[in-house]
Amino acid sequence: MKKVSLEVNGKKIAKNIPDHTILSVLLRDILNLTGTHIGCDTSQCGACVVHVDGKSIKSCTTFAVEVDGSKITTIEGLATNGKMHPMQEAFKKLHGLQCGFCTPGMVMSAVDLLKNKKNPSDKEIRDWLEGNICRCTGYQNIVAAVKEAASKM
Amino acid sequence: MGSLVGSRVERKEDRRFLTGKGRYTADINITNQTYAVFVRSPHARAKIKKVNFSKASKASGVVSVLTGADIVNDKIGGLIAGWKIVSEDGTDMKVPAHPPLASDAVNYVGDHVAVVIAESLDEAKAAANLVEVDYKVLQAVTSTADAMESEKIYNDIDKNLCFDWLLGDRAKVKEAFEKADKIIKIDINNNRLIPNAMEPRAAVVDYNTASEEITLYTTSQNPHLSRLIISAFNGVAPENKLRVIAPDVGGGFGSKIYPYAEEVVCSWAAKKIERPIKWVAERTESFLSDCHGRDHITHAELAVSNDGTFLGFKNETIANLGAYASVFGTVTPTYLFGPCATGVYKIPAAYTNVKAVFTNTAPVDAYRGAGRPEATYTIERLVEKAAVELGMDKTEIRMKNFPTEFPFQQTLVHSVDSGDYAAGMNKAKQMADYEGFEKRREESEAKGKMRGIGVTSYFEACGIAPSAVVMSLGCGIGLWESAEVRFNPTGNVTVFSGSHSHGQGHDTTFAQIAADELGVPMENIDVVHGDTDKGPFGMGTYGSRSLTNGGTAIVKACEKIIKKGKKVAAKMLEANEDEVEFKDGEFIVAKSNKKKTIGEVAFACYLPGQYGEVKSPLPEGVEPGLKETSFFDPANFSFPAGTHICEVEVDPDTGETKVTKYTAVDDFGRIVNPMIVEGQVHGGIAQGIGQALYENAHYDESGQLLTASYMDYTMPRADNFPEFNLGFTCTHATTNPMGVKGCGEAGAIASPPAVMNAVIDAIGTEISMPATAEKVWKACKENKKSNAKAAA
Repeated sequence: MKKVSLEVNGKKIAKNIPDHTILSVLLRDILNLTGTHIGCDTSQCGACVVHVDGKSIKSCTTFAVEVDGSKITTIEGLATNGKMHPMQEAFKKLHGLQCGFCTPGMVMSAVDLLKNKKNPSDKEIRDWLEGNICRCTGYQNIVAAVKEAASKM
Repeated sequence: MGSLVGSRVERKEDRRFLTGKGRYTADINITNQTYAVFVRSPHARAKIKKVNFSKASKASGVVSVLTGADIVNDKIGGLIAGWKIVSEDGTDMKVPAHPPLASDAVNYVGDHVAVVIAESLDEAKAAANLVEVDYKVLQAVTSTADAMESEKIYNDIDKNLCFDWLLGDRAKVKEAFEKADKIIKIDINNNRLIPNAMEPRAAVVDYNTASEEITLYTTSQNPHLSRLIISAFNGVAPENKLRVIAPDVGGGFGSKIYPYAEEVVCSWAAKKIERPIKWVAERTESFLSDCHGRDHITHAELAVSNDGTFLGFKNETIANLGAYASVFGTVTPTYLFGPCATGVYKIPAAYTNVKAVFTNTAPVDAYRGAGRPEATYTIERLVEKAAVELGMDKTEIRMKNFPTEFPFQQTLVHSVDSGDYAAGMNKAKQMADYEGFEKRREESEAKGKMRGIGVTSYFEACGIAPSAVVMSLGCGIGLWESAEVRFNPTGNVTVFSGSHSHGQGHDTTFAQIAADELGVPMENIDVVHGDTDKGPFGMGTYGSRSLTNGGTAIVKACEKIIKKGKKVAAKMLEANEDEVEFKDGEFIVAKSNKKKTIGEVAFACYLPGQYGEVKSPLPEGVEPGLKETSFFDPANFSFPAGTHICEVEVDPDTGETKVTKYTAVDDFGRIVNPMIVEGQVHGGIAQGIGQALYENAHYDESGQLLTASYMDYTMPRADNFPEFNLGFTCTHATTNPMGVKGCGEAGAIASPPAVMNAVIDAIGTEISMPATAEKVWKACKENKKSNAKAAA
């Protein structure tokens, strides 16, 4: 067992966990933050993307102990005081989601893109989101939503 | 009040999904739950000599290990084929037994042998590795083409043949072919796909020892059907002791229409061990054991006259069913395929013959479009080839053979109620700048690239119903749909639907419909679905049937509400019932201009009296309360149609094919929410392009699935697509009051032939799906060689 201390969505937590605990398991099964989803076991689909110290990572292939001491933001921590983040608003406005399963990872990944690039082109958005698979939308409205969010931020 | 139907209303369900509050099956945990892990066959075909689980039983945390022997002992029934198909010679289809846990033989890699149930997931996984299964490995049958000539998988099924089915008239076709100027022939595949809903399948089962009720939370498109099958066929519990809840479901695409072995086993096991059980598939388990889609080999011929008139059509197809006949596995390559294989054309004589074979691969069942993509791919590849061979324009040859009168009696089965195929074609040509293509081709050639354009005109039969027709063709269930509209005393409304939303946005579109019908603000209407304990029995969501059937049931239930409301309002307004009009949420008597809102009427229905006087607002014989149920069974399928035009650019040096321009013009009748419909079309096109260029489930000769992860199976990504250009035409369906047609599958039906016709146009060689970079590069290289030879 190892002790990890983290700040998750602004709250400090400390937990004793088995050494091999994956970050996504800590978030979902121990902290009950089930907005982070598991869509594959090979770091391919991106449904599990969260921010560690502001950067997007795939939580399904990260040991919880690797991020000891970090600040973590999950999809549940993106809205502030009940007001959705401009990226969340844009996904809603432009129908950037259907079944919603890939959506948390897609949104977290897109938010990180805009940190790196204020006004990305269509091509830059599509290239960035290459690590997030969506089976429902054909990506078109996701790209439109990211552009919309960029124009609002 | 303005009409909500037809408006781009933002989705009611999105906030929960966007803030991480969606509640999918894997998010559910029950106190005292155990974890299930399935022991699966590593072999494609083997006899089970012995299962030894003594080590596993003693391992840390193990609660129970159950095998096929326990299934036999407890008389748990097998998984079922839901649709009976009769062969051309009049014999019934042959179907092998499909026990939820195998006891004597396994028939595909991933087949279920045992389940290990433990206190934690880690312990269940560790113990599953300790289960020793002694197999006698047998020769696997994996090839669709060779299955009939291969060793028999099942002793009592000759040639591995489930059925040999014919639709149409061979003699008439022969006659038509004798009169033809030219016969166009193709040999094509329809590649095996894996549906890959992003949410892996899962089951969480609770067992109430007091009421003896099982509650199954599951990833289902169709919870009532799951309950019916698990109860009536598997015999796990009576229907009234089995509750099936499909909460938020992360996509289905056909793969979650019916229960799988895991749901049956976990439900049965939870009752046995009297504890909750949780099972969540890992992605590779999904690849191995979710039902796959497509997998046809087809030889087809089109008889034409020199002026491009179509005279006759024949279609000889072998369809791979996988190891077992799944619920919709037998109807998909027959009644969902054959009738649509003549496409949008007047063809006087046609037949489709399908030989459905068993192989040692995962069962094949419905995947987005189910049969209709295979049909459309067959006819649209043929028609495009006919244009080339006759030296005609590919749009002109199609236009020449379109029907212009509706209803159109299609050659094989359907009477198509409405459509305007030429309008769709003309709009698509204009939007795609079809006339400007040659200039774009020259520009590509100047860059050393090859450019091609491909066309598809399609129609499809969806909204699958009516019950009497489908049951006459072998369907084991009726295909109506239900709705209950319930006013609450304070005037807000709950709509219960038998349809199930797993991305389609029913919370929104169904509320739009009810809001318009009842004149109640949309925010006061909640749509409830996916729970067999709430609302009436429903038939679920697949085959683009929710709006035409489920949406119409809501309209019909609302009509009943208004009919009763008029009676009550008439008494409240001291008028005759026929003097009361209902408009925008108000009951009005024109001559006195007195009115009551529907909320006031609902309140009166629930509180029919007043203080100090014995007086009821309800007319004599009218019951209190205000809720109505409707079961809608339409008079026919619905028939969306359209034309899609695709342009690709191929790099002959790398074989990479880029879809550079994609235009889709569809006729879905009246549209309830254009934003949602566009999203459905985008997703369908993306899956179709995936089939044409990227996706392929590949089994090796021994029956190992080589594409069992996202590192091996090419899922389309954001950078694989251009921006799709969508347009719509509209002819109203005549078989439902809203005039709506289904839209969920059209994109996946129309796009594979549009893309492949474009690729073939670009490279000048026929090529099979998926047109991967490797295949295209090889074809380009071959072409270069043969061109050089010809020049020399």
